[in-house]
Amino acid sequence: MIIPHPLLGPCDAQEFTYLGDASLIARPDGMAEGAADAFHDYLYLRDNPAGLHRELWYHEQGDRSWLVVTRNTLTHEIVKAELARDVARAEGRGR
Amino acid sequence: MQAAMLGTGNQEHPMRYSGFRILKEALTGHKGWQPVWRRPDPKPSYDIVIVGGGGHGLATAHYLASNFGQTRVAVIEKGWIGGGNVGRNTTIIRSNYLLEGNEPFYEFSLKLWEGLEQDLNYNAMVSQRGILNLIHTDAQRDAYIRRGNAMILHGADAQYLSTDQIRREYPFLNFNDARFPIKGGLAQRRGGTVRHDAVAWGYARAADARGVDIIQNCEVTGFRIENGICLGVETSRGFIGAGKVGVAVAGSSSRVMAQAGLRLPIESHVLQAFVSEGLKPVMPGVITFGAGHFYCSQSDKGGLVFGGDIDGYNSYAQRGNLPVVEDVAEGAMALIPGLGRVRLLRMWGGVMDMSMDGSPIIDRTPIEGLYFNGGWCYGGFKATPASGWCFAHLLSTDTPHPTATAYRLDRFRKGLMIDEKGMGAQPNLH
Repeated sequence: MIIPHPLLGPCDAQEFTYLGDASLIARPDGMAEGAADAFHDYLYLRDNPAGLHRELWYHEQGDRSWLVVTRNTLTHEIVKAELARDVARAEGRGR
Repeated sequence: MQAAMLGTGNQEHPMRYSGFRILKEALTGHKGWQPVWRRPDPKPSYDIVIVGGGGHGLATAHYLASNFGQTRVAVIEKGWIGGGNVGRNTTIIRSNYLLEGNEPFYEFSLKLWEGLEQDLNYNAMVSQRGILNLIHTDAQRDAYIRRGNAMILHGADAQYLSTDQIRREYPFLNFNDARFPIKGGLAQRRGGTVRHDAVAWGYARAADARGVDIIQNCEVTGFRIENGICLGVETSRGFIGAGKVGVAVAGSSSRVMAQAGLRLPIESHVLQAFVSEGLKPVMPGVITFGAGHFYCSQSDKGGLVFGGDIDGYNSYAQRGNLPVVEDVAEGAMALIPGLGRVRLLRMWGGVMDMSMDGSPIIDRTPIEGLYFNGGWCYGGFKATPASGWCFAHLLSTDTPHPTATAYRLDRFRKGLMIDEKGMGAQPNLH
């Protein structure tokens, strides 16, 4: 698989390590009401779709950026790659 | 295991297989063979409906009928039976686990394998040729001896082999590799291989003979759930009512259970496997490389059957990518340099239910009447008999089988994970 890195252009997926579903960006608030349930769902449950999947890849052998890659799990076709930083900020996370 | 409950023949089934039968058919032009199972239309309802006609689903149906006296049972399969992971694995059976929650279950499974062919009256080519896990460091020796002791404590067999002992059985291994010299091995002599397709067919034939309806080309499109109770399944051939529904569709568990509104602690990953051209007998048993991802056995047709690790990303594609092929080939060459000129005959991928702790789930669900069997990671084949038996036990009695009490769906919420590798909630590392 070739991942189209938004800064570096096409990169072999072998340069990356895989973490999993991009919903892992949305870490729950540990101080909120029902945090134990929220963390159980966050840590252990997955949608695991057959089709388009937004997932986190880490460019360990490259610029060490985290990417959110949108990939089809039925065909391995990669349709989009964004910097996870941008995705997280758009979701209102971070400063 | 109560012998009186096991199948010892059946009046309903017209044909019993035996050496005499083969001889008779050979002399009479093979005109007497009959279809091995029926092709029934679905009835309006059953006591128990099993979703998934793979090894685990068919085994469940067989044990429901033979051990628990359930006769109104159907197995519903989207495609053809045995067309999923029971037809795509590397056929190894073993019970070399460490943890309390796992080892008794897998040892129960290995014992069922040992009596399987007599129980089913079907030649599944169960071959206890032994499995050998190679050791490459002193720390690994400690870990493997600990595991061997755990196995022995649970009634399984385990044996530590020195380098000299291994040399006698596997002289072709690369004992003096610069990075990963072989320091010893943990052997389980009762492990081995089984003809995988025959497992599906044997269970199907035995279940069918006891009146189980095996309904192929019938896709489950939804569950009928009212007031939190599952009343049956919607299928491509109409609604089928059921007192209880058991789902055994590892690889597609998330997809099927999503139709009941459940999210699972499972990711689907692809695992690749390989078969070489046919060779004369070279590989006496199953060997696993302890310093990389490579394991190998030789099929009765002569092909070397081998594989490695999962690709590591979510996939339903039933095919993998080349980096893992390269990794497996490197492992093969590091361990058995003599394989260098062996040609690959074919390679394929299967979709694994990778659970969050690397161990399976056999449990009720929050929906009454809906039961789940899945999360087998890349170890489902060896578990087939015990998985079927324990799932049948759960479906029939509403209590877990003693060897499967740890395989709960809610164990992640309660902190009762069964993490053989100690990797945490990272499915691609199990």
